[in-house]
Amino acid sequence: MSEHKISRRGVLKAGAATGMALSTPLIFTSQAHAFRNDPGDAKSVKFGFNVPQTGPYSEEGADELRAYKLAVKHINGEGDGGLLNTMKPLSLKGNGVLGKKVEYVTGDTQTKSDAARASAKRMIEKDGVLMVTGGSSSGVAVAVQSLCQEMGTIFMAGLTHSNDTTGKDKRRYGFRHFFNAYMSGAALGPVLEKEYGKDRRAYHLTADYNWGWTQEESIKNTTEGLGWETVNTVRTPLTAVDFSQYITPVLNSGADVLILNHYGKNMINSLTQAVQFGLRDKQVNGKNFEIVVPLFSRLMAQGAGKNIQGILGTTNWNWSLQDAGSQAFVKSFGAEYGFPPSQAAHTCYVQALLYANACEMAGTFNPVNVIKALEGFKFDGMGNGPTEYRAADHQCFKDVLVVRGNENPSSQFDLLKVVQEVPRSQVEYDPAIFGGELGPYEV
Amino acid sequence: MDALVLQILNGLDKGGAYALIALGLTLAFGTLGIVNFAHGALFMLGAFCAVSLQRILTISQKVRDESITFFEAYKEVPYLELWLGDTGTKIIEWSVPLSILMAIPIMVLIGIAMERGLIRFFYKRTHAEQILVTFGLAIVLQEIVKSLFGANPIPQSAPEIVSGSANVGAFLGLSDTLVYPYWRLIYFTFAVAVIGGVFAFLQYTTYGMVVRAGMADRDTVGLLGINIQRRFTIVFALAAVVAGLAGVMYTPVVPPDYHMGMDFLVLSFVVVVVGGMGSLPGAVAAGFLLGILESFSSMNEIKQIFPGIDQIIIYLIAVVVILVRPRGLMGRKGVMES
Repeated sequence: MSEHKISRRGVLKAGAATGMALSTPLIFTSQAHAFRNDPGDAKSVKFGFNVPQTGPYSEEGADELRAYKLAVKHINGEGDGGLLNTMKPLSLKGNGVLGKKVEYVTGDTQTKSDAARASAKRMIEKDGVLMVTGGSSSGVAVAVQSLCQEMGTIFMAGLTHSNDTTGKDKRRYGFRHFFNAYMSGAALGPVLEKEYGKDRRAYHLTADYNWGWTQEESIKNTTEGLGWETVNTVRTPLTAVDFSQYITPVLNSGADVLILNHYGKNMINSLTQAVQFGLRDKQVNGKNFEIVVPLFSRLMAQGAGKNIQGILGTTNWNWSLQDAGSQAFVKSFGAEYGFPPSQAAHTCYVQALLYANACEMAGTFNPVNVIKALEGFKFDGMGNGPTEYRAADHQCFKDVLVVRGNENPSSQFDLLKVVQEVPRSQVEYDPAIFGGELGPYEV
Repeated sequence: MDALVLQILNGLDKGGAYALIALGLTLAFGTLGIVNFAHGALFMLGAFCAVSLQRILTISQKVRDESITFFEAYKEVPYLELWLGDTGTKIIEWSVPLSILMAIPIMVLIGIAMERGLIRFFYKRTHAEQILVTFGLAIVLQEIVKSLFGANPIPQSAPEIVSGSANVGAFLGLSDTLVYPYWRLIYFTFAVAVIGGVFAFLQYTTYGMVVRAGMADRDTVGLLGINIQRRFTIVFALAAVVAGLAGVMYTPVVPPDYHMGMDFLVLSFVVVVVGGMGSLPGAVAAGFLLGILESFSSMNEIKQIFPGIDQIIIYLIAVVVILVRPRGLMGRKGVMES
């Protein structure tokens, strides 16, 4: 056994040496690895496009990917420049971002939260992406957004319409350009009252996940505010393809309006089957039976064919808009792919540009500075009129379109007719109503 | 009353699909003793016969869409329409019923190839090994279809004349507002006709009599000098045709995708177990019974008492039947009991 003598001087020396040893690496690493996937002197940076390539929202996913590829072209100064010609204020110079060429990797969310998170994690950890973007489901958006917050990587949400994304599940590193269910309800309410009156009985079929729940809640609040009675709210599995067992009870429920809180292929199947069951030819309570699809897109209208004609809903954007931004985007996208873009393509293209522009504004890829550049950013010329990324919840505020399935289309793509452009002031709300916390800048 | 009739009709058309698939499964099991997990894939392959015929009939020429002026847009016009006009349009519209003619020989060939090429090597293996190999085969088949047709569902339409709803209420002397889609009624009728045809074949033909004898006592029939194996191969092909036709006719109800076979497979095995392993009438009865129960469990009145019951009813019934009657509703003694 040896005897150890511990002196005061020895302890001080050892402590000082340990402190030096521990702090030395931090002096270097705090500069060299200030944020995850810092590109340093590299000539290029990578974006991660995480979209549903399979599953019920794969049509939207395919269009999102087309839009991202086009956005990368335009950011790198190729093609006709698209919305870089109309966006104001614009910091991008058409030479990539901060002089670095933009490259990308893609992933398949499969419209499943766990698959989407795994794909985003791979992109961040293995591919070294600076930003993750995409998705066509709010379940996926909330899951990926939360992962991105943990990993300190910015997430620019694609098509996500649930109030939760920028409500109770909002995150500092997540941003949404797309509108939400609350805004759909606020925009649609007055039109429903004008078209169908105040005395109606509504039956909801709702996709059973967080987007469906919040849309059902928002539309229910709106219609009950008009004086409508809610007969029933029925949840349907996201994976359902045959909705007949859910539609047959509607026939004898006494309802005179069916509200389909479905999106993508869910909506195409449920609407098609509702029409097959004769709902649109039915008279109930002395009124024509009506179907409402609160959120729909041209891709869905294409899938549903003539069944969509005359049906009211809302959309974030439509290719038929006549403003300079919308026309520039439709022209670029149409020239590239031979058909006009969907609303999913539009929101994803805009998100990619907004992120790239914010990096230019911040003069760095450091996400903390990029987040600060995006928060409260006001812009125009992107197809929705004057828009603001509200700092309090990272939700974009802009005009909302109420549309109707076109009964007299002038072309194969002219499937939605804009009934009303509802001004931003009518769909704005207090960010506190949905709760949630953005969380810290530094993670 | 209207609500009850609607749920019964809904259960019958769902049950029609379950019964057709379960019938094929039971035929394969009863004759060859094989637990065929690739049977759902046969249903899927049948559906893709309809998709393939539609693809062939709609091979198109790209024509400039003059209504779009600010970029070059093209629409696709099928050659059949260019050459035959309205007749071409009608042929395309009737592609699903026409697919039946194409599906029968294709499914016979697939059935024979499957049985001769793979399954016969596993007759004397354990059921666990049969399940593994046929499940693997199902995965291979669905991945082939996925690579050829993509992962997304491909909508198929019923002919225009039967795409609306029939006034069932007026026909049954009930409310005038009671309607039901024509195609779903056709599907149910088709299922009953096919099931009736298979039973008639087994019951009233000499060939069928020998097959039934073989199912009851394979060794004795073999000792009589009859090549029972060859007949069982034909029966396997027949099972493939039944599954394939069920798939073809189901395409206007739900757009087919590569995974649809797996979606139905588990349900169909539950149907077979509830009906009784090896019992053809049991499989058919259980198919319709479970279809109707699934439909009734979706009624709001039921769901208010038992929330979510529509998602689990089939499995719940299976548990109850197995507990009360371990051989299933019409199971035969000795089958799967060794």
